[in-house]
Order: sequence, then C-alpha cells, then structure tokens
Amino acid sequence: MAELHNDTIEARARQLVEEFALFDDWMEKYEYLIELGKSLPPLEPEYKTEAFRIHGCQSQVWIRPEFRDGRVYFKGDSDALITKGLVALLIRVLSGQPPEAILNARLDFLDEIGLKAHLSPTRKNGLAAMIEQMRRYAQAYLQASRN
Amino acid sequence: MPASVDSTGLQTTFDVARVRADFPALHQRIYDGRPLVYLDNAATTQKPQVVIDRIRDFYLRENANVHRGVHYLSQIASDAYDEARRLVAAFIGAPDPSQVIFTRGTTESINLVAATYGRRHVGEGDEIVLSAMEHHSNIVPWQLLCEEKGARLRVVPVDERGVLDLEALERALTERTRLVAIAHVSNALGTVNPVREIIRMAHARGIPVLVDGAQAIQHLEVNVAELDCDFYCFSGHKMYGPTGIGILYGKAELLEAMPPYQGGGDMIERVTFERTTYNRLPYKFEAGTPHIAGAIGLGAAVAYLNGLGRTAVAHYEDELLRYATERLQEVPGLRLIGTAPHKVSVLSFVIEGVHPYDAGTLLDQMGIAVRTGHHCTQPLMDRLGLPGTIRASLALYNTREEIDALVEALHRVVRMLR
Ligand SMILES: Cc1ncc(COP(=O)(O)O)c(C=O)c1O
Repeated sequence: MAELHNDTIEARARQLVEEFALFDDWMEKYEYLIELGKSLPPLEPEYKTEAFRIHGCQSQVWIRPEFRDGRVYFKGDSDALITKGLVALLIRVLSGQPPEAILNARLDFLDEIGLKAHLSPTRKNGLAAMIEQMRRYAQAYLQASRN
Repeated sequence: MPASVDSTGLQTTFDVARVRADFPALHQRIYDGRPLVYLDNAATTQKPQVVIDRIRDFYLRENANVHRGVHYLSQIASDAYDEARRLVAAFIGAPDPSQVIFTRGTTESINLVAATYGRRHVGEGDEIVLSAMEHHSNIVPWQLLCEEKGARLRVVPVDERGVLDLEALERALTERTRLVAIAHVSNALGTVNPVREIIRMAHARGIPVLVDGAQAIQHLEVNVAELDCDFYCFSGHKMYGPTGIGILYGKAELLEAMPPYQGGGDMIERVTFERTTYNRLPYKFEAGTPHIAGAIGLGAAVAYLNGLGRTAVAHYEDELLRYATERLQEVPGLRLIGTAPHKVSVLSFVIEGVHPYDAGTLLDQMGIAVRTGHHCTQPLMDRLGLPGTIRASLALYNTREEIDALVEALHRVVRMLR
C-alpha cells in the first residue's frame, strides 16, 4: 500500500479516472470494469446473507464492513459481473479509509469516468444504494468510536 | 419488396423499409453514434409520424374540452374524440362504440373492473381464476379485491414451455368462481393463450371472462364479439399510440349493471345533494376531463394499423419471430424461455454463466434496447425457477438485420462475460 497520508480517497479516485481514460471506446471501459469485478477478492459465502445484502439492485449485491485501527475495510460481491465491477470501484476507493473520510468523500470520479452517463437508471439506483450503505456503515463506526 | 394493394385498397404485402420511415425515433444514433436497435416493444412501441402529427394538430388547432361547450372548437374536439372511439370499436369488432371506455391503460381498465364488477359480485369464499403467467397488473387488483372480500385466487399452472394447462383450468372452474382473468398473450414468454376455448369453458358454467389484451392487440386480429369475451383490456402505448390512454371493452349488459368507478363531471346525468343519477355508457365510466389528445392519438394509431393491413403485419411479424428464434440458437449457452407452439413477438432467454442484467447493459452499450429482469411476472419467474430473463420483443418495424445485430452482439457479450 502507498504512503498512508498520500493514500487518500481523492488520490485513489484520480488513479481510477486515469486508468479508465486509457480506453476511448465504451465497450472497452466496460471490459475493464468487468476485469475489476473478476479480480475482486471474493466475499466468503457465509457473509452472502440478507444482513449484508444491498437492496435496490436488479442483481444481488453484498457488502460487508470491518472496522480495524480506526479504518473501515469493505469486502463485497455480486452475482452480476458489471455490478461486481462497480462494487470493486467503490471498494478500491473507500476501503481502508477512516469513517470521516468516507462520509465526506464527494465521489465525483464516477462522473469523471463518465460512468453515470453510461449507466441505466436501474444501475444508477443500485450504485447509489451501495454508496449509501457504505456511508451508513461508516457513520455507525464513527458513532461507536465516539461513545 | 414492392407493396401491392388488393381490391379493397389495403396493402397486402409488407414493405418494412417503408414502414420504418414512418417512425422518426428509430432513426437515431445513440451513445458513440451507434444505430438504435429497439427491441423493447412489449414495454412500449415507438410512434409513427401520423400519430405524433395528429396529437400536435389537435393542440395546434382543435383543443377544447369535450361534450361541454357550445362553441366551435368544442364541437370539433368532441367530434374527433367520438370518432376515435368509433375507430377503436370497429378495430376490435365491438358491437357498439358505447362499449368502448377510455382509461389510462390496461392497468386502469383491470382495476376498474375489479373495483366495480368485482366489488359487486365477489364475496366471501368466492374465487377468481388466473393463470400463472399473468402480469402483475392482472394479479394485484384481484388480490386487493380478495383481501377486501375474503375471496381467493385460484392459479392455473403453466408447463415448462409456457403453455397453459387447460385441463387444470377446467378443474379450477367451480360454483365459487366469479371471474376468469387471463392474458391473451404473455408479456414474458409470448405465449398466445387459447382464449376462445377458455371463454367457452367458462361460459358453459356461467362465468364471465376478462381478457388482458395488452400484448395481443398489436399483433393479432382481435374481434371481441367473436371471442365473446366479457371484458377486453389494452393500452394505447403498446400499439403505436400515445401513453396515458387505454381501453376497456365490456359487454353492454355488464357495463350497464356495474356501479360507476369514479365520481365527477361528465359521468352524471343529474346531481342533487340527495341523489345522483348516472350518465349513459360510456360516459358513466369516464369521470372528469378525459385524455382527449391521447384518445385522438390512439385513433390515429388504429387508422395507421388498418392502413398497413392486419394480416400483412401478422404475417411479417410471424416470419421475423421464426427467423429470430432460429438465429438465437447460434449463441453459445443460450436457452429460450417460452417455447409454446403458438407465440408472438417475444424472445425471452437466459445464457449460461451470464447474468441477464450484465447482458442487458452491454447490449445497450452496443445500441440494442432489450429488457431484463422479471418483466412484472414474478410468480411466473418463481415457477420457472429463474431470477429473470433477457427479453427481446419485436414490433412490425423490426428487421432481420436487427436480429443479426442482436445475435452478433450476444456473441460478444458471451465472450466478455465468461
Ligand atoms: C400482459 C400485460 N398486462 C398489463 C400490462 C400493463 O399495461 P400498462 O402499464 O400499459 O397499464 C402490461 C404491460 O407491460 C402487460 O404486458
């Protein structure tokens, strides 16, 4: 992992934007998204439960948080590969960050990649549901660590 | 193919290139300039220029409220509105235009019957018979009614191919059955149900039948008098007409006996605070200012379909469906869902190792519009053990070249996702 203080959400997001900029054809960008999905470390089957399920997606999505040393680590999975690619994007940018950073992140990179313009309304809702759930986990940890 | 004309002036052959020219929305390029291949016609169809122009002309020159004014424009608008109703009535073989009620669409037509006929005739312990392939719009209104009345649904099963079990349907008809509600054509599978036979079976026991024709009216020649159905429902937007307008056809004696659906202007004959008497058919069921432009636009869509010739359209669509069915088999791992011997328009399928949602997204990127998911038929998907399918649904303007594009794109999808 890079130097911790450089390893911000913004820095990670910028890198993803650069990676996607290498492809000018949208089918290639999708191909890359699918690759990211395929290489996402799998979520253990025992966590693919209702408790970790994200609702509001046409495919099944699970995201499981863990809180260690003041940071939130996410693992996730989906039965659809493109959805899994989106999970992978979010995990790459948000996992291992402090809860405050996750809560304050603007996540403009999704627009910069151009993803939002190329996602269907149902996919956009699904993506929003994932982000919201990840933020909710961060909020809960923040609350817990303050008590 | 040159279009030829028969002795009655109707086109007897079908020139798809000429037909496509009538639909402006088909000639777009989307995303990075890919030609649009629109294969989501069961969700809604595109509109021909004549429909668009008719609605525009109405607002430009004829707009007024109907059946109320003493003035010139009101007369023009009322005449146009009535003419649309006559066109629809003739199109479906309704004995009289007053049996054709304008609604918002199939969903509202079914809800209207449930709320009026259903409320009056369904009681505790009674049953409503449906098929396992119904759209949610032909399930939930009956479920609500059953909850209110303490009645219950009897569901007739379908087999692996998507064919209705007629013997089971016959067994389901009892002295408790108050209504059979059945799709003419399944939106998820394309199965054409033998509604004529079903109606005969039900009528032999004195049971009325409502037919959900949302997916039939744009593909089959429908004659409600010959079918002898009690109610027939469909939507304008799935038959090249505008959204927000649909039809409920009903037998006159049933409609006469039914209580009104909504109260308001136009549906009354005389109002006092003690008592209101209701207007005659069809106005009794059309409370408030109707969707005048929508009705007139639907009339234009009906005239357009008549002009193409219903037989020529059905013949062309059938050939295209056969071609597509054959070509899709070339895609590795593809399994068609819905293989009834009598089908129209719909190609539902799954591909081994490919999530329908991923396939739909990638097809979209290649300019091809399909639908993925449960298609508002969750009970059917449960029965087939599928979370959903990919559905390509054809209309009269689709071509073999578009099917070729779909097949080629599916090959690419499979390569990318497996
Ligand atoms: C078989 C069937 N019934 C009912 C409906 C509902 O039609 P609408 O949404 O136009 O009311 C549909 C539309 O998808 C359908 O396919």
